[in-house]
Amino acid sequence: MPEAPGAPPADTTRRYGGNLSLCSLPHRYGTVGSDRWQLRRSARPEGKPRSAHHRTGDRRQRSTTLITNRIHQRLLAGPPLSGGAEPLDVQSARLGTLPRGAERDGLISTIEASGLLGRGGAGFPVGRKWRALADRRYGSAVVVVNGAEGEPASAKDRTLMAYRPHLVVDGAILAAEAVGADEIVFYVGQEHGAAVAAIRRAVDERRREIGLPTRLVRAPVGYVAGEASAAVHFINDGDARPTTTPPRVSELGVNGRPTLVQNVESLAYAALIARFGDHWYRSAGRFDSPGTALVTVTGGVREPGVREIELGQTAGEVAVAAGADPTRIRAFVLGGYFGTWARTSDAWSLPLDPAVMRDHGLTFGCGIVGLLPDDRCGVLATAEIMAFMARESAGQCGPCVFGLRAIGESTRKVAQGEADTDEVRDLERWASQLPGRGACHHPDGAIQLLVSALDVFGDEFTVHARTGRCSVTGSPVRAAVG
Amino acid sequence: MQLRVDWILCDGYGLCGDLLPDLIELDEWRYPILRPEPVDAAFLDSAQRVVDCCPMRALKLEPIRAGRRAG
Repeated sequence: MPEAPGAPPADTTRRYGGNLSLCSLPHRYGTVGSDRWQLRRSARPEGKPRSAHHRTGDRRQRSTTLITNRIHQRLLAGPPLSGGAEPLDVQSARLGTLPRGAERDGLISTIEASGLLGRGGAGFPVGRKWRALADRRYGSAVVVVNGAEGEPASAKDRTLMAYRPHLVVDGAILAAEAVGADEIVFYVGQEHGAAVAAIRRAVDERRREIGLPTRLVRAPVGYVAGEASAAVHFINDGDARPTTTPPRVSELGVNGRPTLVQNVESLAYAALIARFGDHWYRSAGRFDSPGTALVTVTGGVREPGVREIELGQTAGEVAVAAGADPTRIRAFVLGGYFGTWARTSDAWSLPLDPAVMRDHGLTFGCGIVGLLPDDRCGVLATAEIMAFMARESAGQCGPCVFGLRAIGESTRKVAQGEADTDEVRDLERWASQLPGRGACHHPDGAIQLLVSALDVFGDEFTVHARTGRCSVTGSPVRAAVG
Repeated sequence: MQLRVDWILCDGYGLCGDLLPDLIELDEWRYPILRPEPVDAAFLDSAQRVVDCCPMRALKLEPIRAGRRAG
């Protein structure tokens, strides 16, 4: 059996005994550099991390740096990413071929036992999702492989698809077999050119092995296009707007059939768990949530880009590894544009672990670790995100259309010194009114980010509104804009 | 039973909030803000009448849904 990737060497690992109640985690995580939460240590790779520069097929033409960190490499283990998509024969030599038939009996149980959480943003347990679909009473199912990745700060899905496409296809094959699907739809963001090309090539190469009708649908550009019901809506009718649930896509999805919509990273990980087991999966992870995860580090770092972390690594560790100067970071935005702001003092020693973060009102989301440099204004950054979220509303639900538009305009006025303190009160009122009032969770995510901004940058909002000056730069906010 | 809005259908006529202000508040764009708790038995009849009045058929009165589920 090929060696499992990313298994920490036994002699350097102390198992977390499970005695630490999460409730005992204080709200603040101690001082910068504290190793209080590092209950398990893994060996660090020697020398500097390797890095490979490349340009994604992203329409936004962001240059993404990929930083490798050998010990935690599982999804991104294997040949250097600068070599492009890993060919099937190389992957087979490295990981072995995909377990077939009898060998993968009990796959759903194994996935359940692993504790794998979905990596699309909501973090729903993958095994439970597969089980629910497999236990349906009637009908053949469809698997939608979700690689839309409309979150502008995220690049991890397109990276995985572009460099490890066969792992994603493996996961799709397994999911289809586990839930009894007779069709697979790869739904890949059209702006992710390298990912589209790699997935198309991988699928074409393995059509016989897949043995099911399989198609590639290019997802339109848009923040909500990757939402499960929007994906199904687009595949069915060419309209990438969310639909009202219930019915859920697991009941009434592609062509009216029960449908599993699963993020590409979740599927790729399922393909590794099928090979190496749930114990292997759980051998990484320092706290509640086992495994590793792909994250995208953005903002005030020397080397932004996609990297694979052990869950429970702190935001500070990840920031430093990407070349951040701890003294120059004003705040973190965690999870994505639907995520949360956190003060540097709170976030620095925070384990990047979905369960721990949830308990502290923060979000792992789709793995964004964004750093706001200390010369940038949090109010303005929030206003830009709110304007984006308002623009990206699918435009179907009144509270989302009007509420986000008002919030976007209001945060802009505050940021640019055109508002008074009433504006901040309006923001707080809208923030309390809007959640839960849409067909999808787009407004909820926007509000979550706004609420965290009012918490983290609350004083700055007030200073902006009252004095028309930016508390970061000390200058009139008009000068701080742009 | 609980009230639920199909937000895609709802066009903000606001009749529901005008007719049943005890249960339904309206925001400044006349879209309803529902209370999270179940409809009190004393209000069930009026809730049903308001549901029947919705010009977009966007308001529903239905059994309470279970918690979080996949997809």
